[in-house]
Amino acid sequence: MDNHFEIGLEDLRQKLLLMASRAESAVNDSVQALMQRNYDLAMKVRADDDIIDAFEIEIDEMAIQLLTKAPLASNLRLVTVAMKVSQNLERIGDEATKIAKRARDLAEEPPVKIVLDLPRLAGMALAMVKDALDSFVQRDSAAARAIVPRDKEVDALNREMHNALAQHMMANPDTIGRCLHWIVAAKSLERIADHAKNIAEEVVYLCEAQDIRHNLKK
Amino acid sequence: MATLSKPMPNATLEPPTGKATALAVRGLSIYFGDHAVLKNVSIDIAAHAVTAIIGPSGCGKSTFLRAINRMHELNPEARMEGEIRLFGDDIYSRDVESVVVRRRVGMVFQKSNPFPTMSVSENVTVGLRLNGLRDRRQLAERTEESLRMAALWDEVKDRLQAPAISLSGGQQQRLCIARALAVQPEVLLMDEPASALDPLATQKIEDLIIELKKDYTIVIVTHNMQQAARSSDATAFFYLGELIEYGPTTKIFTKPAQKRTEDYVTGRFG
Repeated sequence: MDNHFEIGLEDLRQKLLLMASRAESAVNDSVQALMQRNYDLAMKVRADDDIIDAFEIEIDEMAIQLLTKAPLASNLRLVTVAMKVSQNLERIGDEATKIAKRARDLAEEPPVKIVLDLPRLAGMALAMVKDALDSFVQRDSAAARAIVPRDKEVDALNREMHNALAQHMMANPDTIGRCLHWIVAAKSLERIADHAKNIAEEVVYLCEAQDIRHNLKK
Repeated sequence: MATLSKPMPNATLEPPTGKATALAVRGLSIYFGDHAVLKNVSIDIAAHAVTAIIGPSGCGKSTFLRAINRMHELNPEARMEGEIRLFGDDIYSRDVESVVVRRRVGMVFQKSNPFPTMSVSENVTVGLRLNGLRDRRQLAERTEESLRMAALWDEVKDRLQAPAISLSGGQQQRLCIARALAVQPEVLLMDEPASALDPLATQKIEDLIIELKKDYTIVIVTHNMQQAARSSDATAFFYLGELIEYGPTTKIFTKPAQKRTEDYVTGRFG
């Protein structure tokens, strides 16, 4: 006889993985649109955000269905973690949309002549998202823990870029509008890394039942 | 009551709630013939707390409960090893009568079992009357007090002389709890007290259990994981006669330490 609860749990996991791959693609595409000044790709990312939002609602519904069956222990942790991971993925999608919006606006204006390490920032944030999701799939708590400190590196690089852009704006006031787009895009990448960190922390809870958020010592 | 005559052996598991110990069980084994139903169980049960005993059928949880008020002695094939102390008193000491133990340790069963020929109030006071209490005023006072504690008074105060079996299933179970409380026990044992009740009656029993722990030490056997999660402070998981894991209920149901506990509470076996 099939265990219907286990089947429901596996469906939830699969749905979350589908949502994760959508969110990951959205970030990838938004960064590409930004770097390559690709207006069409930017518009596509914006349009696709509705799909990610729909996933969040669907996952919540599935999780609530499963919670009515009152799961316990690792099953309970998986359901609650799935709800939190999907919320973080939805926000990653939102940030990708913000980047896409800036990419669209920047694509319509002349490029700013400044050397920015945005590809590195994007690479770091994307790698964190990918590794966090891999750790969820593999249920690899050690890998998830290793992701958390990387958020600080992303923060530092974002600060560097922010300072460089601020200086550029002071020296070239005609570029302020465009530089602000870059500042917002970099900030979105920094937020994406935050969400990846959140997902990693949830994976640690899933695997170890240990809450490592906010560095609170219990 | 007998007092402590020898040092207790070390407990293998400590009470999880940080409260005083009501029941100290050491090396408890119970055999029915050659079959060991409980194997070397040591556990400290906290006073003024609810301790849930969970485990699959045949794991020894009901036998454990019955051992706490010496009910397994009613089975001539039963043999016991080990020690159970109730607030320091050895309940199996030779100079302690089982009837005295059962007065200190009340029991409520799975199926409500009011005395069918007695009225509501007679059911409550039967234990007191058997113990020789005759004073009508005192009996009436204790009836009201017990029915109030069992959260039944408001529902039956106008029909105390009605037959007990005229009450609903949930009310009958609370009447049995009132009957157990009337003799003022220290510990209340409950063997699946809500398994035959509908959700509303179950909720009343669970609310009552939480209220009663202010005054009593409660040990409840249940197959219902959610009931254990809702009403108990500590949970002990038994499997094949052994105590596998014992800890705060929240921990047992969110992050059990033992794989067998995890498998049981997630429904992978049992």
